[in-house]
Amino acid sequence: MASVTATTDREVLLKIDGVSKIFDGVVKAVDNVSLSVKKGEIFALVGSSGCGKSTLLRMLAGFETPTSGRIYLSGQDITDLTPYERPVNMMFQSYALFPHLNVWDNVAFGLRRDGLKGAELAERVDAMLSLVQLSKYGKRKPHQLSGGQQQRVALARSLAKRPTLLLLDEPLGALDKKLRETTQLELVNIIEQVGVTCVLVTHDQEEAMTMASHIAVMDEGYFLQVGTPDEIYETPNSRFVAGFVGNVNIFEGKVDEDEPDHITVICPECTHYVGHGITGTSGMRVAVALRPEKIQLSSVQPNKNHNWCAGEVVEIAYLGPHTTYHLKLKTGMVLKVQQPNLTRKMADDLTWGDHVFAHWTRDAMVVLTE
Amino acid sequence: MRNMFGRSLFGRSWLIAVFIFLYIPIVTLVVYSFNDSRLSTVWTGFTFKWYVDASHDRELIDGLIISLKLAFMSATLSVIFGTFTAFVLVRYGRFKGRGLLTSMANAPLVMPDVIVGISLLLMLVALQKWLGFPERGIGTILLGHALIGTSFATVVIISRLREIDLRLEEAAMDLGCKPFQVFWLVTLPLIASALVSAFLLTFTLSFDDVVIAAFLSGPGSTTLPLVIFSRARLGLDPSINAVATVIIVVVSIGVIASSLYQLRAERRRQREVADAYAQGKS
Repeated sequence: MASVTATTDREVLLKIDGVSKIFDGVVKAVDNVSLSVKKGEIFALVGSSGCGKSTLLRMLAGFETPTSGRIYLSGQDITDLTPYERPVNMMFQSYALFPHLNVWDNVAFGLRRDGLKGAELAERVDAMLSLVQLSKYGKRKPHQLSGGQQQRVALARSLAKRPTLLLLDEPLGALDKKLRETTQLELVNIIEQVGVTCVLVTHDQEEAMTMASHIAVMDEGYFLQVGTPDEIYETPNSRFVAGFVGNVNIFEGKVDEDEPDHITVICPECTHYVGHGITGTSGMRVAVALRPEKIQLSSVQPNKNHNWCAGEVVEIAYLGPHTTYHLKLKTGMVLKVQQPNLTRKMADDLTWGDHVFAHWTRDAMVVLTE
Repeated sequence: MRNMFGRSLFGRSWLIAVFIFLYIPIVTLVVYSFNDSRLSTVWTGFTFKWYVDASHDRELIDGLIISLKLAFMSATLSVIFGTFTAFVLVRYGRFKGRGLLTSMANAPLVMPDVIVGISLLLMLVALQKWLGFPERGIGTILLGHALIGTSFATVVIISRLREIDLRLEEAAMDLGCKPFQVFWLVTLPLIASALVSAFLLTFTLSFDDVVIAAFLSGPGSTTLPLVIFSRARLGLDPSINAVATVIIVVVSIGVIASSLYQLRAERRRQREVADAYAQGKS
């Protein structure tokens, strides 16, 4: 769903250069991170809590000062600027709307600090409110709004000053699941309409994939991988990324054949024939990552030497559009398999205790050396 | 779940007993302010004469005016000092001596008034000997009351300040507020209700203080409680009952009005929140 437009020719707006943040002299929250974000891009920082993504965002906003490294915005070094001097605005987690001000005054708050008054102020605020479709709600106090409406006020308030860079901290974290899905797209529409460059932080990888054009996966203060959503999903570079973004089956094994166009990996469960080469040697220990939706099930034994294994169905989770099966293999490993429910009959009418064969193609897997 | 005090007979009688204990003295005082006799032990008939007497009693009226002025000034100072103290203790993070400062700010809460009074008196006497001032009077009582009041105000304001989401202040800064503007435009409005409570609390503390005032008063600074106290020693005068009744009525009206107002505001707020969510879902 993410708009993977060609951003390669656009200019770099935000440049993070070797930034670290050390708390209390010991805790490395962010560890020597470098990053470029191009103009008009929506960039997502994902990771579990405590991975340093929020600290990095707070450094962009100016609430924390990096221990080392510099931050540049449109070529200007903003590392030492205070939050109120930066052309950066943030939409806070759980919104932080001023409870003593009504919606109109919340949106006008930042513009008033710039000295805007009268008709000009009214015009800018009204334009923002109509952008988020809350024109009729100007006189309401934040507590008189539903969660989704509060979220839109927060967005209007952070966009009102026409920031060069918009920061979103868990923008949808306070909404319930159903509302979140519609709001994600709404939010992306508004951001693209305004054309502002945006860095968002989320622990929800699906949210990041839906909204962002580029994603950085963070763990323990590092960037593990930076790329487009499909790069991150289809060619993860480590076990952590593969496991963090979506579901994955990991086979541990040894490289047997090592050719430029293919390799084979021998695992206790089966032999993998992988249709791409790796930079490694034969005999090297590797992991083969296989996404559950790239596996097929059948009741007859496949007529090939690799890329299949037999198992017993131990768990069935019917999820509507698809069904997830857990197969117990002879080694004890549990293989997750996802099958689309193409017809109204449950796929293959499999049931608990059935013995089936799982098989996949040579392009379904990714070999991970880390 | 019902606890042991639920709607049992015991619970009810306990409640009634406590209310009798609390309010019998006040009711007695109000009733006897209308008693025709000078003696508080016999009821001879209904009269308003003590109210008339009280309104002509210069000493009482002066005492009342002094007490009101003093309470107003003391409450104002306490709230200002209390706000600064609370701010430092809550917002400046960990600094050397924070623990000490916290306990020092709270100490006057538990310190007996007699000790506060006498130590201030000793200090003032010594100062007067060396410097020739300050003369004891309203200013010195104000000093004592503001000292106690600051502690109380600090405690009230700290608890509110701790509740405030720090992100609100960050949001203000993010939107272009300098630190002083953050305080003025966001923090202050949010702690306003605590400031009002602190003001009312310290006003009352000052208004009914006898002990500190007794140590620190000088000529021309006899507060109402001091007047009442000195007269009580000479024998009770029903005109004091009359003054007390007037004060009780004024205070009760104030308390009832403000709690009604708060109750209605809270109900309206809850209704609005419910409405907002009902709309958001539809």
